[in-house]
Amino acid sequence: MILQTEHLTKTYESAGRKLTVLDDVNMAVEEGSTVAIVGPSGSGKTTLLGLCAGLDSASSGSVILNGIRLETLSEDKRAEVRNQYVGFIFQNFQLLPTLTALENVMVPMELRKQSNVRARAVELLDKVGLRDRAHHYPVQLSGGEQQRVSLARAFANTPRVLFADEPTGNLDAETSERIENLIFSLNREAGTTLILVTHNHELAARTNRIIRIRGGKLVND
Amino acid sequence: MNLSWLLQMAWRDSRKNLSRLLLFISSIIIGIAALVSIFSLGDSLSAEVDDQAAALIGADLEISNNKPIPDGIRKMIDSIPGQRSEQRSFTSMVYFPGSGGTRLIQVRALQGDYPYYGKLETVPASASSDFRKNRTALVDRALLLQFSAKVGDSIRLGNRGFIIEGELTGVPGQTGLAASVAPIVFIPLETLPETGLEQKGSRISSSFFFRTPGKPGPETERILERLKEAGINYDTVESRKEDTARSFRDLSRFLSLIGFIALLLGCIGVASSIHIYIREKINSIALLRCLGTTSRQAFLIYLIQILVIGTIGSILGVVLGTLVQQLLPLAVQDLLPVKIHPVISWRAMLQGLILGIIISILFALAPLVSIRRISPLQTIRMGYQPRSSADPLNFLIYALILLFILVFTRMQLRSWMQAALFTGGVILAFGFLTLVARGMMWAIRRFFPSGWSYMWRQGLSNLYRPNNQTLLLILSIGLGTALICTLLFIESILLQQVTLSSSGNQPNMILFDIQTAQKDSVKQMTLAQGLPVNDIVPIVNMRLERINDITMERIRKDPGIAVQPWVFTREYRVTFRDSLINSEKITAGLWRGRVENGTIYVSIEDGYATRNRISIGDTMTFNVQGTLMQTVVGSLRKVYWNRVQTNFLVVFPAGVLEKAPQFHVLLTRVPDVNTSARFQQALVRAYPNVSVVDLKLILSVLDDVLGKIGFVIRFMAAFCIITGIIVLIASVMISKYQRIQESVLLRTLGAGRKQIYVINAIEYFLIGSMAAVTGILLAYMSAWALSRYVFETPFTPAFMPVLIVFLAICAITVIIGLMHIRSIVNRSPLEILRGDN
Repeated sequence: MILQTEHLTKTYESAGRKLTVLDDVNMAVEEGSTVAIVGPSGSGKTTLLGLCAGLDSASSGSVILNGIRLETLSEDKRAEVRNQYVGFIFQNFQLLPTLTALENVMVPMELRKQSNVRARAVELLDKVGLRDRAHHYPVQLSGGEQQRVSLARAFANTPRVLFADEPTGNLDAETSERIENLIFSLNREAGTTLILVTHNHELAARTNRIIRIRGGKLVND
Repeated sequence: MNLSWLLQMAWRDSRKNLSRLLLFISSIIIGIAALVSIFSLGDSLSAEVDDQAAALIGADLEISNNKPIPDGIRKMIDSIPGQRSEQRSFTSMVYFPGSGGTRLIQVRALQGDYPYYGKLETVPASASSDFRKNRTALVDRALLLQFSAKVGDSIRLGNRGFIIEGELTGVPGQTGLAASVAPIVFIPLETLPETGLEQKGSRISSSFFFRTPGKPGPETERILERLKEAGINYDTVESRKEDTARSFRDLSRFLSLIGFIALLLGCIGVASSIHIYIREKINSIALLRCLGTTSRQAFLIYLIQILVIGTIGSILGVVLGTLVQQLLPLAVQDLLPVKIHPVISWRAMLQGLILGIIISILFALAPLVSIRRISPLQTIRMGYQPRSSADPLNFLIYALILLFILVFTRMQLRSWMQAALFTGGVILAFGFLTLVARGMMWAIRRFFPSGWSYMWRQGLSNLYRPNNQTLLLILSIGLGTALICTLLFIESILLQQVTLSSSGNQPNMILFDIQTAQKDSVKQMTLAQGLPVNDIVPIVNMRLERINDITMERIRKDPGIAVQPWVFTREYRVTFRDSLINSEKITAGLWRGRVENGTIYVSIEDGYATRNRISIGDTMTFNVQGTLMQTVVGSLRKVYWNRVQTNFLVVFPAGVLEKAPQFHVLLTRVPDVNTSARFQQALVRAYPNVSVVDLKLILSVLDDVLGKIGFVIRFMAAFCIITGIIVLIASVMISKYQRIQESVLLRTLGAGRKQIYVINAIEYFLIGSMAAVTGILLAYMSAWALSRYVFETPFTPAFMPVLIVFLAICAITVIIGLMHIRSIVNRSPLEILRGDN
């Protein structure tokens, strides 16, 4: 298993009241599979994604990513794990606005102190069809182009798991389809495990497995 | 850690924000410039003092005494080898027959070739030597201008007339300021007896100047030691150099503190700007964390940006400071005894550079460390805020900042106590301004006028909404205003003291050096001129031999004794009377106006008693011109020195000193300038030895002195004001990024240009006026404390200058605020919405 959760629980304190956002979630994801987490707004799917990706720490329970128990790690150690094994795609693209498209793709590789970073980044941009926009800043790119740069960046460090949070949520139907195709083809090519959070049933239907979540609990797998 | 990657990321992240970062750091440029210019001036002065050391004193050795030298001592002085000049100096009245004018001056009767180093600067140049052989006079240039006299005219000193040989424009070691208090007239020493001014009781100082190249020999050293024991001062080139350097250090330290305040003001701007900068970068930082950047790496990426930009700002400040230094001598030349030729001081430049880098990092650290706490979760949860407990690192940074201020201030001031007081004052001022800003925000929110028009409501709510600039602007504008107004108030307090003294029926003219034989006739003459005689006070000169069993001898052997040596070396001018006058009151003991049971009870000024640990019942033995007289301290008095009265450290009871050699002081009041001039002319003709101090003259001299000092202080305060304006501009520019979305939205919804202008004008006017009022209040408090505890005078500040400052501050704030809004309203909303601002 590339990812496992054991009794994963997340609670917040709000106006003096305890709010349980995730309640005793147990699941396991096989390496190379594609998984969609679906559920209504506020059901806890983004929280689950955040915990699985090591962006946040759980109130109790465990996340085991590529055999590493995340709850035992400091935030900086989790950052290393993210850099080594994880890729991200966000609904609002999340490119660094002061970096060009090329530099945005280079960052994860530079953090790993890889060599030939520039050439590999150009190759990735080429794969997503943006070689000629390499030196443009995010603000000079359309939404679809920004998400393609984000995809190139996500695959830059050949992640074991790719987490995608509503990857087409901000795009029109035509662009969405193009991005979806890209995600799945790149994923296939790299043999990466894909875990995506979405409201989009069509997108969810393209995955091997759909996990439904409601009120912080897994209701259907 | 991969440094090259960190540098690369710092560059990538900042390159689109360079102009903004430079704007942030511009706040410290002026502060650094102020300090570098002062440090450089200090170095230039040290170099000049070293170069011109011998010219400061005009000789290798100067021996001086504030009364005629006794014969025994004179023999010792005569035995010192080398070339010698002799000078006697005293204050007296000069009379200009051409214009009929008179004025108190400093007469210097000179014999020999003094100065041996440097020169008496005269016009014509030959006059500096000609006056000695022609038995004529050199007269201060300002004095000649005042009485419209010129070379070739004559003046009268006592009984003798002198032809003016030349205009005196410079004397070795003399400051321009000293000359404006008592202008100098040089005459040959051999003509002094002919003036008749050397009468007994006249306060004549004697000086001997020696040219003894090289170090003084052992014999000379022995003589100097014996002179010192006899209470006679001597100065060598080295000691004068130290004195001059020390006195300038005080001035430069004071000025550097004003520069430091400008720098602190700028730092507040930097800290606030960086805080907003980091807040805008939260998303990028969260994303970097998401991609695997450690918190340390993220922190370092921004620290490098601040380090680089701080260095650039400091270099600009250093360059500006070095340029400003060329102008500074114009402001301070009159206060200095040497001519300044500015040099480029690498040391001062390095100091400024290091200071700038340290301070920009130190003040940016507090917002920078918050980077450590930015969670990667913020990439998928917009606005996510981790639970925030107080960061202990922040307390450490605040402590470091305070420590830095304390240590830097200690380096400028003499004691830790003074440094702590200054730091405390800075904290108090910042605290007060913060309190007012937060209080204003709270009050507007709490008592929000919901019924007012939309524009007022919007303008008011801008003051407390998230990302508001209220605190920063009130801090920077308020502190600048406080500084300017404190300076204005101090000036007015000092001038007011003299003005008050000369008002009402208070005496405004003092006649001194009246001999006992002249006392009655001078009194008659005063009355005959229709002037009142407010008081005639006898004065007896004496020295102090011992306090209880403490003598000068014992102090020399045991420096641990709390009595200061000058207590035994100075000459005391003492009066005797049977009652107190209205400028003094008893604070301890009992006033005794008459000798009781053969015991002479004297009354001592309380400050003098405290400084020398003298208390009631102690015995003090005075040497009254050869006769030892034992007295007992009967009372301590508080003396209001600032009143125009004849005030004394020591007052004897009546019935003891009546027969001692004495002179008298007469106080009168002249109604106008013409009467004053007429009376002085008559007096100088009849009694040439009597000197007159006209309070009106003192007032104009004080005005002149304050003008010169005030100019220097204002020159430095200008750095604070300019910094304040830069911080203001920077803050407004930063708020532009905050406000742009909202203004665009308002315009999209149909708000007209005028409405946006009015909303912003209301906001900036409220900030400007509140900051100005708070600054003025702070200035009132500090001026009140100064007037009460330092000047001991009632404080009634001038209203008009304060009103002008208030209006100017409000106007500048509103104008700068509206200028940036112009750039928003003049562009189309779409252009801004699509653009990257």
